[in-house]
Amino acid sequence: MTKQTDSVKWMTIGEGGLTVILAAAVFLSIIAAAKAEDTAYAFHVTLAGFASLASIFVILNRYFERGALPPQEIDGRPNYNFGPIKFAAVASVFWGIAGFTVGLLIAMQLAWPDLNFNLPWTSFGRLRPLHTSAVVFAFGGNVLIATSFFVVQKTCRTRLAGDLAPWFVVLGYNFFIVIAGTGYLLGVTQSKEYAEPEWYADLWLTIVWVTYLLVFLMTLVKRKEPHIFVANWFYLAFIITIAVLHLGNNPALPVSIFGSKSYVAWSGVQDAMFQWWYGHNAVGFFLTAGFLAIMYYFIPKRAERPVYSYRLSIVHFWAIIFLYIWAGPHHLHYSALPDWTQTLGMTFSIMLWMPSWGGMINGLMTLSGAWDKLRTDPVLRMLVVSVAFYGMATFEGPLMSIKVVNSLSHYTDWTIGHVHSGALGWVGFVSFGALYCLVPWLWNRKGLYSLKLVEWHFWIATLGIVLYISAMWVSGILQGLMWRAYTSLGFLEYSFIESVEAMHPFYIIRAAGGGLFLIGALIMAWNLWMTVRVGEAEEGVLSSPGAKLQPAE
Amino acid sequence: MSFWSRHQIFEKNSIVLIVGIMLVIAIGGIVEIAPLFYLKSTIEAVEGMRPYTPLELAGRNIYVREGCYLCHSQMVRPLRDEVERYGHYSLAAESMYDHPFQWGSKRTGPDLARVGAKYSDEWHVTHLSNPRAIVPQSVMPSYKFLAETPVSTENIADHLRTNRAVGVPYTDDQIVNAVADLKTQADPDNGDTDALLKRYPKSVARNFDGKPGLPTEMDALVAYLQMLGTLVDFKLYNEKANLR
Repeated sequence: MTKQTDSVKWMTIGEGGLTVILAAAVFLSIIAAAKAEDTAYAFHVTLAGFASLASIFVILNRYFERGALPPQEIDGRPNYNFGPIKFAAVASVFWGIAGFTVGLLIAMQLAWPDLNFNLPWTSFGRLRPLHTSAVVFAFGGNVLIATSFFVVQKTCRTRLAGDLAPWFVVLGYNFFIVIAGTGYLLGVTQSKEYAEPEWYADLWLTIVWVTYLLVFLMTLVKRKEPHIFVANWFYLAFIITIAVLHLGNNPALPVSIFGSKSYVAWSGVQDAMFQWWYGHNAVGFFLTAGFLAIMYYFIPKRAERPVYSYRLSIVHFWAIIFLYIWAGPHHLHYSALPDWTQTLGMTFSIMLWMPSWGGMINGLMTLSGAWDKLRTDPVLRMLVVSVAFYGMATFEGPLMSIKVVNSLSHYTDWTIGHVHSGALGWVGFVSFGALYCLVPWLWNRKGLYSLKLVEWHFWIATLGIVLYISAMWVSGILQGLMWRAYTSLGFLEYSFIESVEAMHPFYIIRAAGGGLFLIGALIMAWNLWMTVRVGEAEEGVLSSPGAKLQPAE
Repeated sequence: MSFWSRHQIFEKNSIVLIVGIMLVIAIGGIVEIAPLFYLKSTIEAVEGMRPYTPLELAGRNIYVREGCYLCHSQMVRPLRDEVERYGHYSLAAESMYDHPFQWGSKRTGPDLARVGAKYSDEWHVTHLSNPRAIVPQSVMPSYKFLAETPVSTENIADHLRTNRAVGVPYTDDQIVNAVADLKTQADPDNGDTDALLKRYPKSVARNFDGKPGLPTEMDALVAYLQMLGTLVDFKLYNEKANLR
């Protein structure tokens, strides 16, 4: 940290360095826009140019406005850095609603194909990656960044490392989302599920992600607590593994550095293996490890109880990160992937059931002695039900990874239902619960604007999930059975299109379920907005409500 | 010192924790992925596989761009009903030039791994333009705009070159003649089809979209669909020799 005095104000290395880099980025964007070979690329470099220009303005403006840099501590208490967290929390609500809306639209497109509007930009094939990226990376990603920056500061009792770096992570990540999302609409995709962004977006994400790792790690390094709290182990595993997966799955050679199209380095069977090693562990580390970290901080905090078992959390942590990595090949059962790999994938997927339920038990049993709060606190109920959905999805997953079960379930809606019981029930609810805790803490409010609205959100969304997943179970199993049905004379009983026709009512029920889930999220957005706007201020600044966390010993 | 208190080394030292995580997550990936690059049995020995023609490659890029893989798989599993419905189960060799692979994960529509030569060009053009004109219950979006968009040709040689750089065995001859081959395949009356066939055995040159003028994206996509699964001659394929 540079020393500041009131009389002489120096630009920090970060301010100066970033300004120079961003100025270079503006210059390069102009060149790239002039030489661009396709419109999507031209559009994206133009966006990059304007974003760099705006960032230079913001950095310089801050420099001229500010006095000394914010201190690390005020009166012996850590001066927590909440600005970037607030931004990420707001962004997560915005992207969540956007992602759920696109999900609802594509669900309806499958029931009523006229809703594709005969336009390239609104067809199912382009909107589906927009939906998945918006909910997983934009909504989920912002929740993870917001909560991880919050939890790491609180449990390390120190201000977030870096001055501009946390802002760079939050803004840079959201810029990546914008580039990825607009790219899909314009047809820019490398067609690897959940890794669709093209080479330049991937490079940008790499820079942002490494900065994220450094901010998180340096905060851990300067912690005031002797122990690293269990939630931070999970956040760290999530950040590191996502970096490894991203680099492994995405190496690609662009046709031209002034065009969006590239060809992935891997091909055929190896590419398939890399893809599902990535794809399954995007679930395992992004949607599981990261959100388990949320579970390990927010449930104890909200229930005012310590984590149920310290030893279980150790076993849970190492077992889950070791076993998850192996599970990818279950996405490729009966494919041209060699059998030995498929068998390994299946074996480890079944074993994965145990640590998953270990984690679930650790989360649920944290409520020991506080079960009555489920009746009175809808936020805690949301968090706990999310863990129950986690348990359900992590039982269904190993079941579906068994080859004979998979021969029926694969390629059908059952997979879609399974994903959504995890995504809506687990990731969605644990995120909502975390946001309901986080917003009053960040904006220094006594509590939420309305717990009654949380009740409504909880029940409407739960009903939505039940409709969604039961519709997909029925349609998925029906589809699978129709495809393999034979007549008594030994002919295939149904043509493919008959199975498509049979899906129609279930697609309508599924869309209704998704609609309810969206309504719940809108209620939450209103509730959080009112909490910030009219909520009563908390007395005693900087401290958050609830019991002090138990050190992990 | 008990077993549990030994764990403190991870809890008290962030660098040790990072190294521990890295080691633990590396094992599974290395064991499952690395052997696929050197075990010879991974990709079957077959005859007939060749790189895509420039027009087929352009069509494949449209298939990728429009997200067709989100509803159509290209991977027939060795199950009785699938083999009867779609044809011979897919081999790893059949996608060895695919950067990236298009096996897919969902069948909202049928598998396309062996759709080549099953329907007429006219069927495909009508179906892509208005799926419900042919299949009333279909939920597929309409891709009418493909027939109105000329396929981009100017940098197709760069696409071949990039593919070669990542491992597809395109020859110099194929790269030099990329633009000519692309045009010939969609407009055989005004090109050297013999040269095309020599460079790309089993390739089919036709006016796929049935319209005169420049090759359109419809030409390219239909050319790609019509070659899917047609390269390997399964009458000559030795299943026993490739048992894994």
